[in-house]
Amino acid sequence: MTGTPVTDAQATDSPAPEAPVLEISGLEVAYRAADGSTRPAVRGVDLRVGAGEVVALVGESGSGKSTTAHAALHLLPRGGTVTAGRLRLDGRDLSDLTAKEWQAVRGRHVGLVPQDPTVSLNPVVRVGDQVAEVLVIHGLARRADARVRAVELLRQAGVDDPAGRARQYPHQLSGGLRQRVLIAIAIAARPRLVVADEPTSALDVTVQRRILDHLDSLVRETGTAVLLITHDLGVAADRADRILVLQDGVIVEEGAATRVLADPQHPYTRRLIAAAPSLASSRLVIGDDRGPTTDVERPEAPSAAEGTASPVLALDRVRKEFALPRGAERRTLVAVDDVSLAVGRGRTYALVGESGSGKSTTARLALRLEHPTAGRVVFRGQDITAARGRELRALRRGFQVVYQSPYASLDPRFTVEQIVAEPLRAYGVGDRAERADRARALIEDVALPADVLRRGPRELSGGQRQRVAIARALALQPDLVVLDEPVSALDVSVQAQILELLVRLQAEHGLAYLFISHDLAVVRQVADQVGVMSRGRLVESGAAEQILLDPQEDYTRELVAAIPGRRAVQRLETA
Amino acid sequence: MTRYVLRRAGQGLFVLWAAFTVAFFVLYLLPSDPAALVASGGGEVSQVDPAQLAALRAEYGLDRPILVQYGDALLGVLTGDFGDSYVSGAPATTLVAQALPETLKLTGAALAVAVAGGTAVAVASVFPRARFLRQALAVLPPLGVALPTFFVGLVLLQWFSFRVPVFPAIGNEGAISLVLPTITLAVPAGAQLAQVLSRSLRGTLGEPYVETAWAKGASRTRVHLAHALRNAAIPAFTVLGVMVGGLLGGAVVTETVFSRVGLGRLTVQSVNQQDAPVVLAIVAFSALVFVVVTLVVDLVYPLLDPRIELRTPRGASRRAAPQRATAVNA
Repeated sequence: MTGTPVTDAQATDSPAPEAPVLEISGLEVAYRAADGSTRPAVRGVDLRVGAGEVVALVGESGSGKSTTAHAALHLLPRGGTVTAGRLRLDGRDLSDLTAKEWQAVRGRHVGLVPQDPTVSLNPVVRVGDQVAEVLVIHGLARRADARVRAVELLRQAGVDDPAGRARQYPHQLSGGLRQRVLIAIAIAARPRLVVADEPTSALDVTVQRRILDHLDSLVRETGTAVLLITHDLGVAADRADRILVLQDGVIVEEGAATRVLADPQHPYTRRLIAAAPSLASSRLVIGDDRGPTTDVERPEAPSAAEGTASPVLALDRVRKEFALPRGAERRTLVAVDDVSLAVGRGRTYALVGESGSGKSTTARLALRLEHPTAGRVVFRGQDITAARGRELRALRRGFQVVYQSPYASLDPRFTVEQIVAEPLRAYGVGDRAERADRARALIEDVALPADVLRRGPRELSGGQRQRVAIARALALQPDLVVLDEPVSALDVSVQAQILELLVRLQAEHGLAYLFISHDLAVVRQVADQVGVMSRGRLVESGAAEQILLDPQEDYTRELVAAIPGRRAVQRLETA
Repeated sequence: MTRYVLRRAGQGLFVLWAAFTVAFFVLYLLPSDPAALVASGGGEVSQVDPAQLAALRAEYGLDRPILVQYGDALLGVLTGDFGDSYVSGAPATTLVAQALPETLKLTGAALAVAVAGGTAVAVASVFPRARFLRQALAVLPPLGVALPTFFVGLVLLQWFSFRVPVFPAIGNEGAISLVLPTITLAVPAGAQLAQVLSRSLRGTLGEPYVETAWAKGASRTRVHLAHALRNAAIPAFTVLGVMVGGLLGGAVVTETVFSRVGLGRLTVQSVNQQDAPVVLAIVAFSALVFVVVTLVVDLVYPLLDPRIELRTPRGASRRAAPQRATAVNA
């Protein structure tokens, strides 16, 4: 707690404009691997954040953006060390502070809004006490007084009923509320700088928007500087005054947000902009990565009656109830309520909604992994609601699934060839040699090199793994593929590649897709039909353009408005 | 809550009954004649008059069918009567009650030392900044678990009673006689606790909420004790429950090594002499300790971790989403 040049007076008054709040120059960070070798993660980064300014650091995973952010708090993960560079906060050089001196800076002068609100609060401490702790640590209030001020801070962070919430534990709050608690923690000591590390990636879009709006107004009121870390150029463009694009630990482009977006200079920035789903505005078409929406080139594009004439999959007023534990207010939870939809051959039906809206349960009903409480599931014209045992197993050849996480959905002990050939083995298709041939062809079909067949999934990147999962889903030549958030776990540029692959495969094989997503920006790129789910009900459905351009329901309008990047795009268009 | 406790108490009664029953029939299967044991008074079986044996069998009810004996014994247990020792003739419960206080002193002291020592070693193995220090301290718990109780006891005796006579080698005289047995008993238990706790601490220190604590400007001590340790203590607490039972078992060896009067010694004696009523009383008592300790552990859990709720599982509630899904799949 020795030598603190940043005084309270300075913390509230805006300093001279030429002195940035945060100034990083020539920062280099390296990680030491287990074998003793070092790998540079950040290579000579310079950045300045002024008072009241929001600067976004954009890049993909491994670009060094999180490392840079953590270096600003001197909180590098184990094995990481700053090998060169200076770090100044309000003109004070922090580069040579001891661990103890850093304690007086962290939380007091630099606040952190961490990445995943669901795991960033101490599960066994009441949230009010977690906010109050910052004040107690820095001697800004005594314990009892800190509790009172914590309630006020929670209110400032946009928590409703702050006094009541303060006495709750993290698990009793939703993800959005927990992020607000974390924001209250970050701003508690009125720091000069807030580092926000992907503060909303784990949240639903509408929640994300409200929280970013709130953070915006909080920092603008107080003149706090914000370093915003994000992988999403859309979010950066919406929120930041300036954008820095980071690739492999080097800043490749830097400038005013509107300039970077409208006139990107570096090819990597262009690639990121092209890949950002939130900034693209039209549907993907085969043979072209992204062009204007023209359905003329789409093969076998049926007319308006598509999907209803002879749909591959039809859900007819399905309903799913789950029994709730005794003692709950209600006996059952209605997860899916009276949902009807139809997916035509070669078409994509996107089911959109936030967490808990029932979209995944609907997908599980379609896959017959759940049995509907009421309603019918019709596959290729046949009622399969009551199918079971051997009959259901035979039907399963026709509908396959690709899950969200390619990290969890592939058996780490199998080789890629075994993974892709497993459905063939399960259904006794061909002999060993034929299955190997088929696996090779499938891997080629998803544009992976043949040598991955012998490797394990652990040796592959997330995008490559998802390609393997897609190849597996196609092994039995299904008519319908259910895609449950297939790109949500991937980096934006990889997302774009996977979406392109899906669109190409659909055209080549005439696949019907039931596409589950919380992200309207992604849906916009692939869907023919869109159904919007909220609280188990289908609140609006119809052709994709119609839903996205002219939403009728308030809920849909809110979802559309929450797509990050829209504000920036509109700003560009009106400029 | 009341429902929960009642249900758990019911389960506990079942466990007691099962332990008693298994022990009863195992003892019955032993190839020995209790009447001969009674007649010889626990000493070497000498020639005994067959008529006298028959009289003894009739007196102890040993001539009846096994199931009748079992039913009789069970009824006795319900009234707290385990029968009289074949060897000394005193009621089995009295013998247990006499031995108990010394063992309680020993195990209680060992438990306290094990918890304090285990926690200290676990925290010490993650707290220091110096890597070599953490690694050196991390070796202690597995070492402690690996050392057999009798070995620790003998080494302690050798050094602190014989070479440097600080502590008495045997007996129950005063608190000073408790020191060596307590350490002997506490070493494996504390090591086991330290092992689980330090692993759990290393896990929690990597959790994002610990990073949040660092980002608040919390000191090293605060991060480790107020944030990491509280969370890491939850899995370690489970070990504590099992440990209490383990201490009773450890008391057998420790009391033998240090020639202390207590439940452990009584156990060894009565098993050697096949003194069935006493053995049954000890088995029932150990089972009771286990049942009570597990219940207490489970009741304390929600105080440590607010995410845990005590709830009576019911068929209906079990059929929540995931279970239901697998049922349909299968």
